This record gives sequence, C-alpha cells and structure tokens, in this order.
Amino acid sequence: MTDKIADPEGAPPEPGAPDAPDAGAVVPGTPAAVAAQAGGPVAGASLWQDAWHDLRRRRLFWASAAILLLVGAMAAAPGLFTDRGKNEDCDPNAAKLPPGGGHLFGTDVSGCDYFAHVVHGARPTLLIGVAVTAFALVIAVVFGMLAGYYGGVLDALIARVTDVFFGLPFVLGATVILVAFPGHGIGAMTLVLVLLGWTTMIRIMRAQVIAVRDADYVQAARLLGASDLRIMRRHILPNAIAPVVVVATLNVGNVIAGEATLDFLGVGLQYPQVSWGLQLNQAQSYFVDHPHLLIFPAVFLSATVLSFLMLGDAVRDALDPRLR
Amino acid sequence: MWRYVARRVLQAVPVFLGTTFLIYAMVFALPGDPIQALAGEKPLAPSVVHALRERYNLDDPLLVQYAKYLGGLLRGDLGETFDGQDVAGVLAGRWTVTAQLALTAWLFELVVGIALGVWAGLRRGRLADTLVLGGTTLVIAVPVFVLGYTAQIVLGLNLGWFPTAGTDDGWPMSYVLPGLVLGSLGLSYVARLTRTSLAENLRADYVRTARAKGLTKARVVGRHTLRNSLIPVVTYLGVDFGSLMGGAIVTEGIFNLPGIGQQVFESIQLKEGPVVVGAVTLLVLIFLAVNLLVDLLYGLLDPRIRYD
Repeated sequence: MTDKIADPEGAPPEPGAPDAPDAGAVVPGTPAAVAAQAGGPVAGASLWQDAWHDLRRRRLFWASAAILLLVGAMAAAPGLFTDRGKNEDCDPNAAKLPPGGGHLFGTDVSGCDYFAHVVHGARPTLLIGVAVTAFALVIAVVFGMLAGYYGGVLDALIARVTDVFFGLPFVLGATVILVAFPGHGIGAMTLVLVLLGWTTMIRIMRAQVIAVRDADYVQAARLLGASDLRIMRRHILPNAIAPVVVVATLNVGNVIAGEATLDFLGVGLQYPQVSWGLQLNQAQSYFVDHPHLLIFPAVFLSATVLSFLMLGDAVRDALDPRLR
Repeated sequence: MWRYVARRVLQAVPVFLGTTFLIYAMVFALPGDPIQALAGEKPLAPSVVHALRERYNLDDPLLVQYAKYLGGLLRGDLGETFDGQDVAGVLAGRWTVTAQLALTAWLFELVVGIALGVWAGLRRGRLADTLVLGGTTLVIAVPVFVLGYTAQIVLGLNLGWFPTAGTDDGWPMSYVLPGLVLGSLGLSYVARLTRTSLAENLRADYVRTARAKGLTKARVVGRHTLRNSLIPVVTYLGVDFGSLMGGAIVTEGIFNLPGIGQQVFESIQLKEGPVVVGAVTLLVLIFLAVNLLVDLLYGLLDPRIRYD
C-alpha cells in the first residue's frame, strides 16, 4: 500500500514540507480504481486533503462542528428559534421566573424571555470572536511574513512593537481603552480585541516563515527569477500557514471568553445590546436564588468556547501526524 | 552570559517605554476633567483650577507630560493622586494582596499542573490521560467568572470549607479558593503542556538508553525525561506569572479581595490616571524581569543552550 492516506503511521506528511507531488505516493501503472478505493485520488494528497481525510473520522470534530453549526444558525437567523425580538415582550411583573410554563429558560431580571435572550446573544458573541480572529490573522500573516522573510531591521522593529503590545495586561488595557471611548458597539469591541490580541499569532507565523525561507524549493524559485512577492505567496505562505491556522481556531474561543469577561465587568457591550457576557453580568447579583440566570448563558458560552478549542485541537492533530 | 543579559535589558528598554507610553496615552484620552471631578457639582475658582492643572502638568502636551512622568519614575517617584495621596503608598497596600493571590495561583499551576501532566503523560491513551485531557479542556472553556461563582457557592457556601470573600483569614485560607480559580486556566495549560512534552520525550533515544542501563523508572522519568520535558513548561509558567498579577481583576472582584486589579479598575472609572499608569508600569516591569529570568533558567535545564 503506497497510499499515505491509508497508512498515516508509515509515511507521515511533514507539516511545512513542500507541496510538490510526493514521488512515493504514485506508483506507475496503478489503476485509478485502486487509488479511488484507497480513499480518493492519490496524486492530489496535499497536506490539507490529508488533514481533511483525518478530520472526517474524528467524533470530536463532528461534535464541535454540530454545536458550532447550531450556534451559527442562532446568530444568523434568530427568527428560526424564537418569535420574540431583542428585549421584546418583557413583563417586569414576571421577572426571574424559573424555567417552565411559557418560558423554556424562564425569564430574566426585567422579565424578558430568557430563551429569546440566549438566542439573540449568539450573534454578537460569535461575530466578535470570528471577526477579531480574522483581522488578527491577517495582521499576523502579513507582518509575520515580512518580518520572517526580510529579517534585519524590519524584523527587529516588528518584534519590538509586538513585545510592547504583548506586555500590556489584557483586561486592564482593554478596560482603559473601552472606558476612554464610551458608547462602543460591536465594531469598537472588535477593534480593541484585535489591538490586544494579534501578538501570539505573529510570533508563530514569523517562526514558521524562518523555518521554510531557506528551503531548497524556495532557493530554486529564486534562481528561476521569481520575485519576492511570488516566493512569499506561492512558496512560503502555503507551507508556513498551517500552525497559524490551528492557533487561530483556538483563538476564536479565547476571544469569545475575553469578550464575555469585558461584558461581565460592565465595560464591554452595553444595554440594549444582548450578549451572553452581558447576561452573566446581570445575573451576578441574583444567581444564588435564581441559578437559571447563571446556568443558561454560561452553558452556551462554555459550549461555544469548548467547540472552538476542540476544533482547533482536532485540526492540529490532523495537520501534525507526529502525535497520532 | 552577562553580554546576553545586557543585550536583553537593552532590548527591554524600548518595550518598557512603548508599553508605558501606550497606557499613558490611553489614560490621557479618558473623558472628563479630573480636576472638576474633585469638586463634584460645585464650581471651582479659576485660580484653584489653574494651580491644580499646573501641579499635575495637565496643560502640557501629551509627550511633555509623559517625559515629566518618566523623570519622576527614574527618581522612584510614581506621582500622586488628584486628592493628594502618594501613588506608591496607595499601591503598596494593594500590592501585597495581589502578590499573595498570584503566588497561590502560581503554586497551584506549578504543583497540581505538573503532577497532573506527569500522571497523564505516563499513561498516554489510558483512562487517566483521557480524564486529564477532558477535564482541562472543560476548565479552559468555562469562563473564569462562572468558575469563580461556582467555586464560591459549592466549596465556600454549601460545603463551608473555605471563606467565600475578603482577606480576614489571611494566607493561606482566604487565598485558597481565589487562587485555585485564578490559577485554573494556567493549571490546565501546564498539565497539557507537561503531558505532551513528556509523552514526546519518552520516545527519545536517550530514554531508551537510560532504560537499557537498568535504571529505575523513577530515575528515568524524574532525572532524565522530566528535566527535558519541563523546558516549555518553565517558559509558560514564567510568562504566566506576569499575567496572573495583571489578570486578577475578575477574581479579586468575585472574592472581594482589595488587590491591585480592584484598585486599577476603580481608578479607571474615577479617571485617576496616575494610579492606573503606576500600576501598569509596575506590572510591565515584573513581566519583563520574569521573562528575562525564564530565558536564563533555560541554561540550567538544558546545558546545550549557550548565551552569546
């Protein structure tokens, strides 16, 4: 069996190895049917296809994907889950009701349906988590690439700026900025979290670029007259990005937890915004007598963060076969 | 080695300036007039306002203010609050609380984290491993304030094992519960890091050699494998000590501990710039010092590392 997909222990594809066709993967004269039986076209077994093949067989991957799909649906179309809008149909006389009756999750401090609140809370939470990570990833990839590829003064400069932001305590730094600019919405929250959250990924990206920049295939491309931009885009980027993508997936969970912490402290999103962190903020004075106020948002928040962490773990294991 | 230390200290200087300037500029941008806030609703005499603004350098441009602040810092002067207290004095009282809390949390990370990691790493793929991996993932996923309240209710209120709030019982009793909550995240990362690193190193050739020589398992693991496996863990533990000091706001709030985090959080709301900048400056200094120390520790754990 020469198909490396079917035998992951035998020929582990190195992450960061060249994307070139694997000489051992194709045996001349092998009928296409055999290759198909062994799990897809052999010649196209890139790192990502390998990883996807591995991922498909993991239960944890499917479990976290299912949870994220559910939460994603809540964020994209809350109307599918509840008829009530944000902060609608609130009855102060029916505040803090336990779950049951007409309210699946009970009611909150101002008598709003808690289930509707939890559904509407998915959007800002997820949006901020994904947007912050996407922006931070772009910054990390671009500047990590430049620093790692060119080195020298540019590298030193970027490293020092990274150190400056890395040294800022997260909660304290975010609190100062958010208090300085009151009346912030989702956009401003995203900006603040990006500002304090891009440093980890850039360090990993830089290290990866340095690891592959002197590889033979990069030298070959340079000798063939490829421009710096082309070398970076076509040769270094595909071989350096895998670990950064893993950290980015894990990072979505961390950002969501961080955003909830700021909401909880009262400096993040404000009423009439609805988010899980804000709900936990309102619950903190009442949860001893009304535990449902704490439990429901906490469960959804934790399940979402957990799913991103498990997804990241699964992707890492799929991309890095050494630990199988 | 001393050249290495000197170079690192030199590198730390621009980082220190950048971080403190960033915080100073952000505090500078805080809305509201701190002088007017002193008097509440009452109008202040223009001469008083002028004198006060002069005293706190409020009319200078940002860069000049920052330079004057740095000048004071070099003389060991952290400035004074707008109601005339010495910032160093205000922080000193709070500092001991946060230091005790961070140290407790750090000890949990060090002892429990490494112990769990070794336990799981030696039994990779077995029940212990699955338990540690699952448990730590769960702890990482649950937000720290939810963990805090749960611990407070269950271990403090219902079981009554530990005091639920305040510092009346002193160290260690008052700090066990908050320390555990604050350290839970780092503890999980330390356990996972130790586990992975140990499991990887156990496959190394030198471990097989040590076994072949007939050494006891305790000696193979303790003396050979663990020492090499702990290098990434030491890095994490070092970097985390800084974030434990600065990240204690939530834990201090839940358990009502009058530490630095609480103080800074209040000061931000009250626009007490000098206290905020002073506290963050000290935190950054600790962070940089610990990082340097960790890098020097590498040499003790791995003699192959040379500083030049």
